[in-house]
Amino acid sequence: MSAATAPAAEAKPEVITFTEAFSRALHDAMEMDPSVIMLGEDIADEEGGGIFKVTKGLSTKFGTERVKTTPISEQAIVGAAIGASLAGMRPVAEIMLMNFITVPMDQIVNHAAKLRFMSGGQTHVPITIRTRTGAGAGTGGQHSDMLEAWFAHVAGMKVVVPSTPADAYGLLLGCIFDNDPCLFIEDQLTRTQTGPVPVKGEIIRLGKAHVAREGKDVTVVGYGRPIRDAMVLAEKLAGEGISVEVVDLRTVSPMDTETVLKSVAKTGRAVVIHEAPRSFGCGAEIAARIQEELFDQLKAPVLRVASRDVTVPFSRVLEAEYLYKASGIEAAIRQTLEKRTKK
Amino acid sequence: MSAKPSFTPATLLAIWHKARQINLIDEKFRGLLRSGRLAAVYYSPRGQEILAAAMGVHLQPTDYLVTTYRGIHDQLAKGIPLKPLFAEYYAKATGACKGKGGPMHITHPETGVMVTTGIVGSGLPIATGLGWASQLKKDGRVTLVTFGDGASNIGAFHEALNMAALWKLPVIFLCQNNLYGESSKYAKTTSVDNIGERAASYKMAGVTVNGNDAEAMWRAAGEAVARARAGEGPTLIEAVTFRFMGHYFGDPGAYIPKEEYEAHLARDPMPIARAAVLASGAATEAELDAYDAEVSAQIEEALQFAADSPFPDVGEIDIDVYGASA
Repeated sequence: MSAATAPAAEAKPEVITFTEAFSRALHDAMEMDPSVIMLGEDIADEEGGGIFKVTKGLSTKFGTERVKTTPISEQAIVGAAIGASLAGMRPVAEIMLMNFITVPMDQIVNHAAKLRFMSGGQTHVPITIRTRTGAGAGTGGQHSDMLEAWFAHVAGMKVVVPSTPADAYGLLLGCIFDNDPCLFIEDQLTRTQTGPVPVKGEIIRLGKAHVAREGKDVTVVGYGRPIRDAMVLAEKLAGEGISVEVVDLRTVSPMDTETVLKSVAKTGRAVVIHEAPRSFGCGAEIAARIQEELFDQLKAPVLRVASRDVTVPFSRVLEAEYLYKASGIEAAIRQTLEKRTKK
Repeated sequence: MSAKPSFTPATLLAIWHKARQINLIDEKFRGLLRSGRLAAVYYSPRGQEILAAAMGVHLQPTDYLVTTYRGIHDQLAKGIPLKPLFAEYYAKATGACKGKGGPMHITHPETGVMVTTGIVGSGLPIATGLGWASQLKKDGRVTLVTFGDGASNIGAFHEALNMAALWKLPVIFLCQNNLYGESSKYAKTTSVDNIGERAASYKMAGVTVNGNDAEAMWRAAGEAVARARAGEGPTLIEAVTFRFMGHYFGDPGAYIPKEEYEAHLARDPMPIARAAVLASGAATEAELDAYDAEVSAQIEEALQFAADSPFPDVGEIDIDVYGASA
């Protein structure tokens, strides 16, 4: 049952899923501010409340004027969100899957990201584009890509990837109430995984990384699903006396370089992780910033763990080979530690 | 629509005034560009003044405009003041966009100039969203989006018109068909005889009109504005016109046959409109000359303002990338 339809009297569950967290954030944002409006394919209840049920209950509670099912028209969806935002609304556009976001790239890159700058600050585009993606569910080459680096490369855009349900809630509110265009990426593989319940109405400010676990030997830095793997690994390695610090960027761009550098300055080692393919990914940017500032303090080269530079394959056997592995993160951690002992 | 509104001499004069302002500014700009005193990308609206003016007289400052990099006539018809407009062409700190957008991205929300896009067809979905906001807020505003014939062949045109018609949004899609998309002749790129016909695909009101005929254009624009304000949905207006100075400043226009060009020149809407104003009795020759002198003085003053203004401080590069809440 989604937050939107949950009776108030029902006892609060101790944990919620990612999907529940997304729903709850949307519900609470609409309740908090009448300028929050939504549009996307199939999102109203008559059409099922969205293919992933994230918007279920919202059109019934807030009306189909504020929660609008659209034609399959990604350019018009993003363009309409931009236009409505210029007139003072806070639209949340759902682009069902991240690969479909390649269709409205012009609206996002040339308009949403740039109108504030090109207008000399006279206008701004407070939109949130929610989208879903991630490999591992057998959806193949056009329904799985993590394309966050494309958007992180454009000034004016904010890119957010949560790694826990509570973060998902706070960060989605952060996107909706931010005054710039935000891309909020939801992971399709972990959508039913659970975590602690967030505090209602508690917004997580964008642009600030989170030290998810403190440690002293090596920093693992990244965002999204691999952070969950890193947290499990950190616990396991603690048993061997290896102290891993996990830095969750939360906001991929603009990146909180300060928190990353502070952590790596302490540990002297860094492993950068993400699900997207390795080459030209956000990991390269993170690694470059670390070595530019901390070259003399590094005890080992900065390593990257990411997925393979190929199209996401369909067969489970091949898909598993494509995807980054927790074992790869572990191996990288051990490798950075080996370097020190050899030195 | 109820009784047919009458096209009065006063209305004709109001259209003339707007059109003539556009015309005088365009002449001035072309002179500055030729002499090297202005260095900017420039797309002359010569030939399209009347249609913009006949549309503009129907709009309020609070109505929204989304236009294109070929849209200086639309911005002026919407009422953008000259000083910030010219200073933006001069890339100065006092420009509408502080010199950061330039001629292709003129923005002036005070007069409703919300977006000027440099991407063909991209304004239409954005206009749809402005219309959606007006519908939600019930603020009575109308959104005008202007674009060329070439834009009607881009996917965003189809998506935006379908959505606007489906949701009955207060949007006017004004296609200024100047018969050439960049260097390509209309018939070589467009499958229909008239772009106005495309409205039928979306069950939208659509009309093809001679954009160079002040009265015909004024009537079509008025009906569309009335329809939008009444909550009866969008309109596609195809205003057929011609551009005399090519696509961009310096375009040799070799792709336009000489006879065709001369035939259009013989029907230049500006002298025709001026003669009509005089014939209507709305103004005398002396009054029109006085208006020219008045506008020319305003142009000189605004150009001087632009020339005298400072360039942006280099620190400006880091401002307006993200908002203060970042």
